[in-house]
Amino acid sequence: MSKIKENNPEYFTDWKYAPSPESKDHIRLQNRYELFINGKFVKPNSKKYFDTINPATEEKIAEIAEANEKDVDLAVTAAKNAYDKVWKKMPGKERAKYIYRIARMIQEKARELAVIETMDGGKAIRESRDIDVPLAANHFFYYAGWADKLEYAFPNRKPQSLGVAGQIIPWNFPLLMAAWKIAPALATGNTVVLKPAETTSLTALKLAEIIQESGLPEGVVNIVTGFGNTGAAIVNHANVNKVAFTGSTDVGKIIQKAIAGTNKKLTLELGGKAANIVFEDAPLDQAVEGIINGIFFNQGHVCCAGSRLLVQEGVAEILIRKLKDRMETLIVGDPLDKNTDIGAINSKEQLSKINEYIKIGTNEGAEIFQPSCSLPKKGFFCKPTLFLNTSQSHRVVQEEIFGPVLAVQTFRTVEEAIEKANNIPFGLSAGIWTDKGSKIFNMTSKMRAGVVWANTYNKFDPTSPFGGYKESGFGREGGLHGLAAYLNF
Amino acid sequence: MPRFLNESGDSIPAFSLYLSLNFIFMGSIIDIPDFRLSPVVDQVGIEERISRFTARSIKKASKVQALKLTLTMIDLTTLEGKDTIGKVKQMCYKAAHLCDQLAGIPTVAAVCVYPTHVRTAKKSLEGTGIKVASVATAFPSGNSTRNIKIEDTKYAVAEGADEVDMVISRGEFLEGNYNFVFDEIAAIKEACGKARLKVILETGELSTLDNVRRASDIAIYAGADFIKTSTGKISPAATMPVTLVMLQAIKDYYSKTGIMIGMKPAGGISTAKLAINYLVMLHETLGQKWLSNEWFRFGASSLANDVLMQLGKETHGVYQSKDYFSND
Repeated sequence: MSKIKENNPEYFTDWKYAPSPESKDHIRLQNRYELFINGKFVKPNSKKYFDTINPATEEKIAEIAEANEKDVDLAVTAAKNAYDKVWKKMPGKERAKYIYRIARMIQEKARELAVIETMDGGKAIRESRDIDVPLAANHFFYYAGWADKLEYAFPNRKPQSLGVAGQIIPWNFPLLMAAWKIAPALATGNTVVLKPAETTSLTALKLAEIIQESGLPEGVVNIVTGFGNTGAAIVNHANVNKVAFTGSTDVGKIIQKAIAGTNKKLTLELGGKAANIVFEDAPLDQAVEGIINGIFFNQGHVCCAGSRLLVQEGVAEILIRKLKDRMETLIVGDPLDKNTDIGAINSKEQLSKINEYIKIGTNEGAEIFQPSCSLPKKGFFCKPTLFLNTSQSHRVVQEEIFGPVLAVQTFRTVEEAIEKANNIPFGLSAGIWTDKGSKIFNMTSKMRAGVVWANTYNKFDPTSPFGGYKESGFGREGGLHGLAAYLNF
Repeated sequence: MPRFLNESGDSIPAFSLYLSLNFIFMGSIIDIPDFRLSPVVDQVGIEERISRFTARSIKKASKVQALKLTLTMIDLTTLEGKDTIGKVKQMCYKAAHLCDQLAGIPTVAAVCVYPTHVRTAKKSLEGTGIKVASVATAFPSGNSTRNIKIEDTKYAVAEGADEVDMVISRGEFLEGNYNFVFDEIAAIKEACGKARLKVILETGELSTLDNVRRASDIAIYAGADFIKTSTGKISPAATMPVTLVMLQAIKDYYSKTGIMIGMKPAGGISTAKLAINYLVMLHETLGQKWLSNEWFRFGASSLANDVLMQLGKETHGVYQSKDYFSND
């Protein structure tokens, strides 16, 4: 052995993965994007444009039109006309054809959409390629199937469409959230005015191009870009019949106040601070993997992220050692590199918010751990971070950070785990890790959380409803439940 | 070095280890765990982890390094009833001359043969630095008496084997006789003397990943220098899930004791791409320290040529026909 090693020392030196960037030669991007209203791309009345940048390089990618109240009015009016004249009357099986077509076109353009999603939002190409884009297509496929079966989905309840749905989506899963919102709305016979987040408008606008190419009747889907004012204009427009919002709890509260006293239907999918609970009989190596997927998926920009780790004291030491070892192997860097595990933080603002919380945690006396990886010099990056020895009273345990920061607590008994997991204003998701089936069922029935995963984490499927308890919002998206949010009975 | 020493350095029989539930290694006491309580494994989680390894994109310099490393880690194997002196000699020549047409190609780590062919292999490989590994202990079934297995092992070592690949008694394992399996491995380890011991779990017969983990723990604590997946005679042979479970057992033992144990997946790894997937898994589970043929081997008969074809492409820019690579 030693002879081979002596003769060929170069084989045995540090093995590093060479850069393997996804090509971006094939993507088509314009320098400037207009508003998508009534089937056409139109200049904004505001005459204003804002830049969208690549958070990994801080370079400008394109400029995006900013919609003002007048633009939103045009969009809502277009949606209302399309609803009254075309979409409401169209048989479900005809609507389904359009939705299927959009799903297929997303698949055809999957590679381009994945690269743009990564460039605009900073998420690792592995995720946009393997998760965001395929799931977005799957949502359209799934809801296309329901369009002509609403009577069977809700037997004897005479489901009826609502009218114009105003939809506001966040920057963490730009295309996927657009799909979550648009697909069920179209399947149930509603028309749409959608506003993507200001840092990640591009894939929604590429989706607008797909929708235009699909021949969907004009005005059925309108996409207006802009900031909070644009969103407020949608929420407050008199001809909007339904508001669907995914985003922060603070904005969710504002929206709920704004529509109080109107007959607008509302679904809110807001923040979370999920507990990932590891019992001492759990498969520990796989639990570590689940913890990693739970908190570092999409840089922790996930409302259902497993941002609190509750570990039973008997295995805490060994589990934390394994977790630290695993974190050392995470590759942080160029989101377009196929080997990158953790990409760029979505925006400068979000990075400073995360760093603020890292400071808070340190000041609170929690023990910090970060792996030895280096970060790119340019762009917005954050090391995956653990806060150890935290208690329920630490702010890093109570508040949503929305970044790659995990607060670790220990517990002694099942009752203590339940108490700690539920003792939080949020209730979106939870994770249970144990080898014992009965313990899983006991725990899942006691979690005040919309989604509970057992021995896995962050698994999404269009057939499965998603939504929260408490300050994580109300209403469900996905599955049969997701249809109900867009129907009157 | 024999693993089982009492405090004055004398070798002690395995059963007394059991009574004391610990043994001494380089001055420190290592507790023998209760193997019924080996860590549990979740198959879905294992497969998910593996999907991350196989999604790694290994290109350019890192690919060439991985391919050459793979060649140095191969145990070139012939284990057939029809093996002859001629066949073994030819394979040994191949082991030392994988592809003389390409520059900078290393040799394999070892050849693996039946005990009766050890002498031939040893002579053929003189001066090459390539080790001779011999299967022993009534390979592949392992259904024989303890004495015959010990004699089989001693014969292989006396003939010149540098490494011994033993099989565990799967029947006894599945009956729950973990002490029997442990003691047998310990006895063979003693019979090996200076030869390194690889313990074949034959994971294709163990049926669950929980069993693979438990068998790995037994083999490691009983004195294995390497743990190995398969004989190659049972399907499935090596798979990535099984190998990952074994690597995790090695990692846990290392964390606890600081002692490194080697890993050898064997059977069914016949393409360069798959071999690289295994190296990624090794790299991200056990780290750089294990990326050497001292600690990792591929038991394979046809892997080398596929790796050579890839290396040929790096040199020539195009793939050559299979006929450019010799079969021995």
